[in-house]
Amino acid sequence: MSKRRKRTKKRYDGRKPNELRPLKIESGVLPNADGSAYIEMGRNKVLVGVFGPREMHPKRFSKPDMATLRCRYRMAPFSVDPRRSPAPSRRDNEISMVMRYALEPAVFLDRYPRSAIDVYAEILEADGGTRTACINAATVALVDAGIPMRDLIASCAAGKMDDQLILDLGDYEDKEGQADVPVAYMPKLDKITLLQMDGILPMDEFEECVNLAIEGCNQIYEMQKEALKKKYGIADEQEEE
Amino acid sequence: MSSKYGVVSRLKKKKITEVIASGKRMDGRSLEDYRDIQLRTGVLEKSEGSAEVFLGKTRVLVGVKVGTGTPFEDTPDKGVLMCNAEFSPIAHPSFEPGPPDENAIELARVVDRGLRSAEILDFEKLCLIPGKVVYMVHVDVHVLNYDGNLIDSSALAAIAALKTTKHKVYKVKDGEIELTDKKVELTVRKEPIAVTMLKIGNSLVVDPSADEEDIMDTRLTITVDEEGNICTIQKTGSEGLTQEELKIMMKMASDKSEMMRKKLSETK
Repeated sequence: MSKRRKRTKKRYDGRKPNELRPLKIESGVLPNADGSAYIEMGRNKVLVGVFGPREMHPKRFSKPDMATLRCRYRMAPFSVDPRRSPAPSRRDNEISMVMRYALEPAVFLDRYPRSAIDVYAEILEADGGTRTACINAATVALVDAGIPMRDLIASCAAGKMDDQLILDLGDYEDKEGQADVPVAYMPKLDKITLLQMDGILPMDEFEECVNLAIEGCNQIYEMQKEALKKKYGIADEQEEE
Repeated sequence: MSSKYGVVSRLKKKKITEVIASGKRMDGRSLEDYRDIQLRTGVLEKSEGSAEVFLGKTRVLVGVKVGTGTPFEDTPDKGVLMCNAEFSPIAHPSFEPGPPDENAIELARVVDRGLRSAEILDFEKLCLIPGKVVYMVHVDVHVLNYDGNLIDSSALAAIAALKTTKHKVYKVKDGEIELTDKKVELTVRKEPIAVTMLKIGNSLVVDPSADEEDIMDTRLTITVDEEGNICTIQKTGSEGLTQEELKIMMKMASDKSEMMRKKLSETK
């Protein structure tokens, strides 16, 4: 944490500046999907299903030398107040795209030429930071689908509100705050795969935000591993032995 | 690597990567050089503000229209700024007619975020009747020729167009709005400049051409205002970035944005 930050104010939900919201990840929750995950990140509730590698439809979109990762981010009409239209917005399309770019670096796409890997994220309830929640769940779902990966991708945002740098912004902080920097990160490979910013920040504070978000990602990384161990009974076995 | 706008053969990718690794570009530029930038304002008569940017062979036209409409529910006393981008099929053989694809949407949203985050307009001044009628400022980006780096050229054209915008004034009379003959300029308070960089192999380059964008590993856009604050960041591409690379890119963005801002002030 920064030394420049003299005072630390409690946040509106009582969290410390560098504290994540309560996080719950469950893997293998959809029987029909090849891989799936459910995440609760604060009051965000997101279900992700992964289908594939499977045949690409329409065929002309297939790539001869690698699989195509397709992401679909959609918010349910009841996920926000007031109700939103079920039609995809420009925001949905952009997030689908950055989600794909955030996940692609970790997936061995060259193992499955011509095929498609579909990642569908349904936001059931939104409370700020849905794209990071989606990426966290999608990673777990991809592993659950048995798709070989270079690393897990953990994602979380950092930002600034009331001149204080904070981790994992909630909806209120997202809207009222001065800046929001969502980051996705591969801890083992030490690479940033998602980086966006909204708001306004001096260069040094931006750098601090990235570091803060990476700290958060490292914590989430551990919880993602736990969720997977739980699904595949690894944690239990170790206890028994 | 699949290509977004066309098939660049593996050979071409190899060649471009090799040339860049040796510190040069296919068109003879150095890694940190922009192509020639030409900026013209006031190119359209029927829109309240307009600008055209030529960045090498890339050509974008921005028209600003000012009208009235209902404000957003969460900001009832603020005017609205909206940015839209259209990839015209005349711009590139791979651009097809139809609704905006994800690249057009991204372009519009990144330009939009840059303008909005920097709070370039005094949105409270653009309110007519709180909760009912406000000024709507539409920034429409038309891509007329595509040769890479649409974000930087569109962002520059957008800010130049807004700076030259003069719109008719409405007055409020008995709870109704009425058009007057008076015209005022939009007050543009900030100058956010977008700088786009690519990582190709182990090298970083600015102002990518279409071929470079086709074969890139990672693309990062950083928008910087005149005080050196960052207003927007957008990363795309199927590779990760290290924190070291990010630091170099931040420095590059602040250097290059100064050069572009100079261009902007010369035009006014």
